[in-house]
Amino acid sequence: MGDTITETLAVEVWRGRDEGQFETFEVPHRESQTVLDVVTWIQRNAEPALAYRFACRVGMCGSCAMTVNGRPRWTCRTHVSEVLDGGRLRIEPLANLPRIKDLVCDLTPFFEKWQTARGRFEPSATRHDPMVPVSTESPERRAADAGIECINCAVCYAACDVVRWNPDYVGPAALNRAWTLVNDERDGDRNGVLQAVSQAGGCHSCHTHASCLEHCPVGLNPTAGIAGLKRLTALAAFGGGD
Amino acid sequence: MLEARLYLLQRATALLLAPLVVVHLVVILLAVRGGLSAAEILARTQGSTVWAAFYGVFVIAVALHAPIGLRNLLGEWLGWRDGSRDLAVLVFGLALLGLGLRAVWGVTT
Ligand code: SF4
Ligand code: SF4
Ligand code: FES
Repeated sequence: MGDTITETLAVEVWRGRDEGQFETFEVPHRESQTVLDVVTWIQRNAEPALAYRFACRVGMCGSCAMTVNGRPRWTCRTHVSEVLDGGRLRIEPLANLPRIKDLVCDLTPFFEKWQTARGRFEPSATRHDPMVPVSTESPERRAADAGIECINCAVCYAACDVVRWNPDYVGPAALNRAWTLVNDERDGDRNGVLQAVSQAGGCHSCHTHASCLEHCPVGLNPTAGIAGLKRLTALAAFGGGD
Repeated sequence: MLEARLYLLQRATALLLAPLVVVHLVVILLAVRGGLSAAEILARTQGSTVWAAFYGVFVIAVALHAPIGLRNLLGEWLGWRDGSRDLAVLVFGLALLGLGLRAVWGVTT
């Protein structure tokens, strides 16, 4: 509200890689326009060489995240009217990731850290074994379910100060995934997850300042999962697990 | 599990230090009354096993708590994360322990 709807928007878009500058485009302002709509309009009508990423346009794939007026956001589900700052719109690539071109980042470190945190399922049975029923009511399954809808958008990773300070820190998304696996009774090596997140740069580096929770577009709470990991790893360390 | 143990140790010592610091400060404020000389302080503390134990625990908790926090600070603010950092904070912790226990010994014996 408050912002007067003008005919066109002046949109500043980052051009270049680490070295570069903002370029301003005049974009027609429409009702119900998303930030991704704006970027797409620029690419189709003003600057065909503009590099950016998206796929689903409906908040499923997690590929469209950018920094919008200073905050990391999923651009396909962010309405321009929600984020206009005195009529101003400034779009940059996500923070805390290597830049490739314009609005595109290299997400390799983000996904490598999922592996470092053992954020992948280790089966405990094969397809030839009978299905083991999993109660949807158990506290563990509920904890896993609460974190399972991550779309890998890296918004939380870009919002986390500790990632910025410590390049070894695996970050909220990887730890959120690790937390879901620790609570997944079908996982064959849950202790291995606890070991992995107890390394330097693991869950104990988190400052619990909840920036990830504040920014996660699908409303997940990595902070809570990380606190859970701290609790479980502390218990394991107390019990002499090595 | 080094990180997990350090994390736990830092929390546990913080838990211990919270009441100790409060008692330390309150006693300073109350014991001063109308001014206090070094001789008067020593007269109260010398031979007191209670104060020796109190400040002995205090010093040990500080010598564990402070180096762990310093280690995190050095890692995040200065990017110093290799083994030399651990050595440096270990020396720092031992120095705190040595100086602290020496002071406790000095005023209670
Ligand atoms: S709570 Fe932890 S993971 Fe989340 S933003 Fe803060 S430091 Fe990063
Ligand atoms: S936890 Fe949320 S913000 Fe982080 S990657 Fe998953 S969906 Fe995105
Ligand atoms: S384009 Fe798929 S989440 Fe935005």
